[in-house]
Amino acid sequence: MILSHWKKLGYTTKPVKRMTLSDLKRQATLQGQQTEALETGRTRLMITGALMALAFTGIGFRMIDVMALSNVSEPKTRNISQSQNLTFDRAPIVDRTGMLVATTVKTVSLAADPRKIMDPQDSAEKLGQILTDIPVAKLYKMLSRKAKFVWVDRRITPTQQQKINALGIPGLEFRTQESRVYPQGNLMAHVLGYTNVDNKGISGLEKSFEETLTSQGEALRLSIDGRVQHIVRDEVQKAMTEFQAIGGSAIVLDANNGQVVSMVSLPDFDPNQPGKASVESHFNRTTLGVYELGSTFKIFNSAMALESGTANMSSSYDASKPIRIARFTINDYHGKNRVLSLPEVFIYSSNIGSAKMAEAFGAGYQKDFLQKIGMLSPSPVELPEVGRPQYPKTWRPINMVTISYGHGIAVSPMHVAAGVASMVNGGTHYQPSLIMQDTKPKGTRVISARSSKAIRKLMRANNIAGSGKKSNAIGYFVGGKTGTADKVKATGGYADRARISSYVAAFPMHKPKYVVYVMLDEPKGNKKTFGYATGGWVAAPIIKQIVTRAAPILGVTPIDPTSEEVNRELALKLPQDSHT
Amino acid sequence: MNIARNDTSILGRWWWEVDRWTLFCFIVLAGFGLVLTASASPSVAERIGADSMFFIRKQAVMVVPAVMLMLTISLLDLKNIKRLAGILLLFSIVMMFATLAFGSEIKGATRWIRVAGINLQPSEFLKPAFAVVAATMFSAQRMGEKVPGFWMASGLYLFMVALLMAQPDFGQTVIVSAIWGVQFFLAGLPLVIVLSLLIMMVVGIASAYFFFPHVQSRIDRFLDPASGDTYQVDRAMEAFSNGGVLGMGPGNGTAKNVLPDGHADFILAVAGEEYGLIACLVILFMYGFVVLRGFSLIFSRNNMFVILAVTGLLLQFGLQAMINMSSTLTLIPTKGMTLPFVSYGGSSLIAMAIGMGMVLALTRNRPGNYQSSNGSFIK
Repeated sequence: MILSHWKKLGYTTKPVKRMTLSDLKRQATLQGQQTEALETGRTRLMITGALMALAFTGIGFRMIDVMALSNVSEPKTRNISQSQNLTFDRAPIVDRTGMLVATTVKTVSLAADPRKIMDPQDSAEKLGQILTDIPVAKLYKMLSRKAKFVWVDRRITPTQQQKINALGIPGLEFRTQESRVYPQGNLMAHVLGYTNVDNKGISGLEKSFEETLTSQGEALRLSIDGRVQHIVRDEVQKAMTEFQAIGGSAIVLDANNGQVVSMVSLPDFDPNQPGKASVESHFNRTTLGVYELGSTFKIFNSAMALESGTANMSSSYDASKPIRIARFTINDYHGKNRVLSLPEVFIYSSNIGSAKMAEAFGAGYQKDFLQKIGMLSPSPVELPEVGRPQYPKTWRPINMVTISYGHGIAVSPMHVAAGVASMVNGGTHYQPSLIMQDTKPKGTRVISARSSKAIRKLMRANNIAGSGKKSNAIGYFVGGKTGTADKVKATGGYADRARISSYVAAFPMHKPKYVVYVMLDEPKGNKKTFGYATGGWVAAPIIKQIVTRAAPILGVTPIDPTSEEVNRELALKLPQDSHT
Repeated sequence: MNIARNDTSILGRWWWEVDRWTLFCFIVLAGFGLVLTASASPSVAERIGADSMFFIRKQAVMVVPAVMLMLTISLLDLKNIKRLAGILLLFSIVMMFATLAFGSEIKGATRWIRVAGINLQPSEFLKPAFAVVAATMFSAQRMGEKVPGFWMASGLYLFMVALLMAQPDFGQTVIVSAIWGVQFFLAGLPLVIVLSLLIMMVVGIASAYFFFPHVQSRIDRFLDPASGDTYQVDRAMEAFSNGGVLGMGPGNGTAKNVLPDGHADFILAVAGEEYGLIACLVILFMYGFVVLRGFSLIFSRNNMFVILAVTGLLLQFGLQAMINMSSTLTLIPTKGMTLPFVSYGGSSLIAMAIGMGMVLALTRNRPGNYQSSNGSFIK
């Protein structure tokens, strides 16, 4: 069967056969069919040929289109990104006074097409004499790479450009691109952040406002005042040097709208050359770092006691004996070993008294209150670098007790400054912001005006009779609270000599305009401080300097320190006074 | 050459019967391929660490026997062409199985096998062999022989597809499918079936796009050049626009330095950069000329087998050129397909020479070609 098929396909010669009449008839029909088949085949061959011709013509047109009509020397994808760069300039950033702090300028880069470089070794040597910070070996490697395009140096000076041009090496080319320049250098490093070589924001406001900056031509205006920023940075830097601190942080915050007037984290870096600074200096202590901030938390604890109605200014607490709770013993740092009134608990920074106040309003109230003033979520400030507060998952009695005096909870300095502002400004919480706002933001009331006034009195009293004396800038009625906390060691437990010393203040205390926060990381006491490195000794003096220097710029007029009106407003009767 | 019209020797008859225009195009194309290989391949050879003349020598060594082979085959008569195709088909099927069993896997596909020190791509030989054998089967049934030729051809086709998809080799499958489809069309497939096959094809491609994510990503990547790796294609487009109308001049191109397949699948880009639009149009014209001239030569022939076989062979030749040029010009997604006679590559060159030798033999202007058929139409 298969063999017979095979024969009919013509692979073998057919045997010649004698034909009969019926054979001839059959053959005639067959011939008719065959002619018809050939006709169909021819018609369809013509269709096939026409389609092929059409396709070849199409390819020909494409050739003409690609080779004669388009004149792009770059692939399409790169053209698109280049044209995007040309249409928008990255918008500049100015401070609240209009001073330029970040801008975009045209700079020149050196690129090479290694395929066109005839003598890479010779070219590398010649270039090395002009681009002195790139080793010749590295230049040689770049110029001899098997690629169409390499960046040799991303930012060269006009002088270098002229010299390289004069070398006349074929295959080298200059590319003009936009570069981000920060005229104030380190001044606002942690506020602004920086961009990468492709001009894309990768940290700070440059990152969080990437879209705004690249889509609008208008400058981004900060709430930061460059002059105040300079003073604050200068003072914190001096104190860091004096007390050999490893770091420092400071904030000046408008108490009545949450605008950040100054924000410093030290050590800092030059955003023009972010790569040259240490990793440590890139760390933003002010918003990303979270710390146990110690006694400054007693401001919130006192406010909770007053606001919850479980205490008033004449309430008293027995601080004669340490408290035992769970397996811990709570002691006082400056123990008075007697019954203390609420203002005394604040001024003497009694942990025992604070714990007893907290026991009266309870853990639930404490947690809700902290939540309300934003202490349990990352700071809403516009930076990408914001730290998540650390606090116990389950709020046990021991946690409530330690949190009452600022231990067992870690928040960023920005949290504290914004929180304190809401305690002293009459009781309204504003979200801290680094961007200038034309309209006053809507805050949320967190405590009553009455409680707020009491807090102002307590803070002022602490500056008169307590740990804050060194922060008194004459004429500005500063009031505040120290905080000193041992740092948690990497191995667990508290480090003995490594501490965070801070002071949070507001001025003028009878009608607070600004909140000032200062913190030193691991300060060491010296002779002048009799070896002390607590907040009252190392951080409070910085507040005094900042307020004295910055208040005139901020438009806060000094008041006669003996002004009866103001002193009456802040008068606080300490029960102890009646005895002495 | 001076050969008398009445010379009846084999060569003498051949000279007057063979289509010299087509032959001329093949030789010019092969020559152009050699020139372009000389231009494009040294930098490729250096990149892979071989001596710079490596590809040129190999190609030159292959071109001469390839042309000889083509000429020899063009001397054969129809029956011997059929026999040659049958043998070649058996040979390539055996080699395809051997490739699947012993071949080396390159980039996820097993297409090459090493025989006696030579790398072979059996699927290249499969295409011309299939075109002729299938034509035999189709024409036999169509011309009234009592054989189920259509079924035989279709069965053979499915078998070929199975072998090719096992490698897998999608590009060759497309070519073989086109040969089968067009031969069937010419052999009188009812128009209803033709139309429904076309509709099925469109629906099939559309549903492949929507149901298979990898097909979708491939097509999307082609449609949107910004996504994915389009390195070779981008470089090719750059080369074309560098070349312009007149080209940068022989040896002055830069694309060959960065195109990994500058001497093979992307040789048209090198041609475009160095010799310009005019040269590219000339190459394109020659492919078109060979195909359409071939069609016109067989148009008035009375032999169904010749019509179908030549159509199949020229379709393979033309389609391969079209697919290659279209992907280099980014008209279609990149497919590994050589430019006939021009691209570097031994297997493809030899296989193409065999196929086109068959075309030359089949289109020879023999006596009796145009007479009405009388039953013994196969001599």
